[in-house]
Amino acid sequence: MSLLELKDVSKIYGPLKALDKVNLKVEEGEWVAIMGPSGSGKSTMMNIISCLDKPTEGQVLLDGVDIANESSKKLTEIRRDKIGLIFQQFHLVNYLTAVENVMVAQYYHSMPDEKEALAALERVGLKDRARHLPSQLSGGEQQRVCIARALINHPEIVLADEPTGNLDEANENIVLDIFRQLHEEGTTLIVVTHDPEVGEVAERTVVLNYGKISKEIINENFGKEINN
Amino acid sequence: MFLRMVRGALFRQKSKMIMIAFTILLGASLATAMLNIMLDVGDKVNQELKAYGANITVVPKENSVINDIYELEGSENDTIKSAYLKEDEIGKIKTIFWTYNIVDFAPFIDQQVKIGGKDVTMVGTWFNHHLSLSTGEELDAGVTSLRSWWEITDGEWLDEQKDASGVMVGTLLANEQGINVGDSIKIDGSVSSKELKVVGIYDCGSDEDEQIYVPLDTAQEISGTDGLISSVEVSAITTPDNDLARRAAKDPSSLSIADYETWYCTAYVSSICYQIQEVMTDAVASPVRQVAESEGAIMEKTQLLMILITALSLVGSGLGISNLVTASVMERSNEIGLLKAIGAKDWAVSLLVLTEIMITAVVGGIIGYFVGYGFAQIIGHTVFDSSIDMKLLVIPIVIILILVVTLLGSIPAIRTLLKMKPAEVLHGR
Repeated sequence: MSLLELKDVSKIYGPLKALDKVNLKVEEGEWVAIMGPSGSGKSTMMNIISCLDKPTEGQVLLDGVDIANESSKKLTEIRRDKIGLIFQQFHLVNYLTAVENVMVAQYYHSMPDEKEALAALERVGLKDRARHLPSQLSGGEQQRVCIARALINHPEIVLADEPTGNLDEANENIVLDIFRQLHEEGTTLIVVTHDPEVGEVAERTVVLNYGKISKEIINENFGKEINN
Repeated sequence: MFLRMVRGALFRQKSKMIMIAFTILLGASLATAMLNIMLDVGDKVNQELKAYGANITVVPKENSVINDIYELEGSENDTIKSAYLKEDEIGKIKTIFWTYNIVDFAPFIDQQVKIGGKDVTMVGTWFNHHLSLSTGEELDAGVTSLRSWWEITDGEWLDEQKDASGVMVGTLLANEQGINVGDSIKIDGSVSSKELKVVGIYDCGSDEDEQIYVPLDTAQEISGTDGLISSVEVSAITTPDNDLARRAAKDPSSLSIADYETWYCTAYVSSICYQIQEVMTDAVASPVRQVAESEGAIMEKTQLLMILITALSLVGSGLGISNLVTASVMERSNEIGLLKAIGAKDWAVSLLVLTEIMITAVVGGIIGYFVGYGFAQIIGHTVFDSSIDMKLLVIPIVIILILVVTLLGSIPAIRTLLKMKPAEVLHGR
């Protein structure tokens, strides 16, 4: 059984079909990149997979359970327990330090543990910046705090929406290295990106066009470092 | 973690929180000032109104019955006098249940005398009479404060301690007779004659300007009425009349026991009159209706004004808080969306925002209370020339009002927060 399965999933906004009968399977431990031009439905698919939105039609099976018709309350619980979210704009709480931003996710999940939060920051190379506010961190550092926050509750799937979209090349490579490590540790990764270089480092790339999957590519470059 | 988040929000978003606290401070200060004044204004207005004279007159029962039969009402000169009250009972007025509401009083006895062959009304009274009561209380009572609106056109108020053989002359009489301060005038009474020294000329704009005022002892000596008085004027702080007071004024015996106790233990003018009658032999105490009713009307209107100002200030605060908190929630939509996205439930996010606002409200409210108390003092000194007492009752009222106003003001923000969908705010949709 796949960890995640989308069956004939559509999302319709008035006359617009953002997703049109999409079918997709993601296996446990797989690293999938979702690519496509602007307006192709990438973020809509991301929102549905991350339980931030519901499909208009179809089934979304997570661990075999259809989450398409769950209540908002239940979706919040699924998000909290099973999904780690990484955003393009980082979305850190600006009045909390880096470690506190990580602990917020622990707080709403179970119990905050500062040591564990510091360990998560150390893993992304930010232990020394743990007491800094987001405004005192660079874009790459903020994204790494965001990754630490996404990983702190050991989610079944990590969903990253344009994780390198606001980063320079050096920081992009740092983030991709972290993704490689996560993949090696067996974490299931779904990365939405429009950057072909980021798409190529995934095991499989799914290309969306006009709300439909236009092609799927098994990457030859998988496992290889790009640029360097 | 919750406290760290609240602390972070409060201390790292100081400018927003200061704005909210300032709005609450304004509302709390106005509410505090108005409530303190409102609760104190009764006494203050009453004290102001006391400057316009007595609101209770006490006369012998016999005279009162005759006056009632002939429907005589008004100034003392219009009424028929044939009986007297006892001077030694006047002090008992300060022993009634509402003793502290008795601000001033003075006995009167008047008689027709001749000055230079002209018939003149001589009024004997206390000016600044010192009393040592059986209760141990010491006080000065008399017309010096009871007739505080009199204008002394020449000389000064008669001081009983210094000018036992002094006299004060009305300005019309003084002009007519050519009497000046320092002159000695011979007063021929029904029993004896006496020479008195003029210490002051007064102008009060009434018939009294044609009369003379002498110390009570002197008047009793001249008229041969030792130990007797014809009336007492009492100035008392009273509570505005209501239906109960009006029913009791007609017939206290018609009240139920509970109503009677309520009436007796409330400073209605009729209740105070009733208690004066209880301590003075064969006396009838009656309110000077116009004064009592004017006092009640003025107080009711003043209190209504205060309530309206308090309500308006709180409504203003509520609207201000509502705008500021809603703006703050909108500004923090990304943060709220994120918290929801990482698993925070609606109630948890609402609790976080409400806790921040409530702490801000408490801080603003505490500062506002003291600022408001300061406002009350400024108003008290400007309007009433005296400070406003700190009423402890105001503290819980202000706390409840601020919490209610803050909660009500936060409702639109919380509704906005609950409607926020993380997907929309995080992706700008």
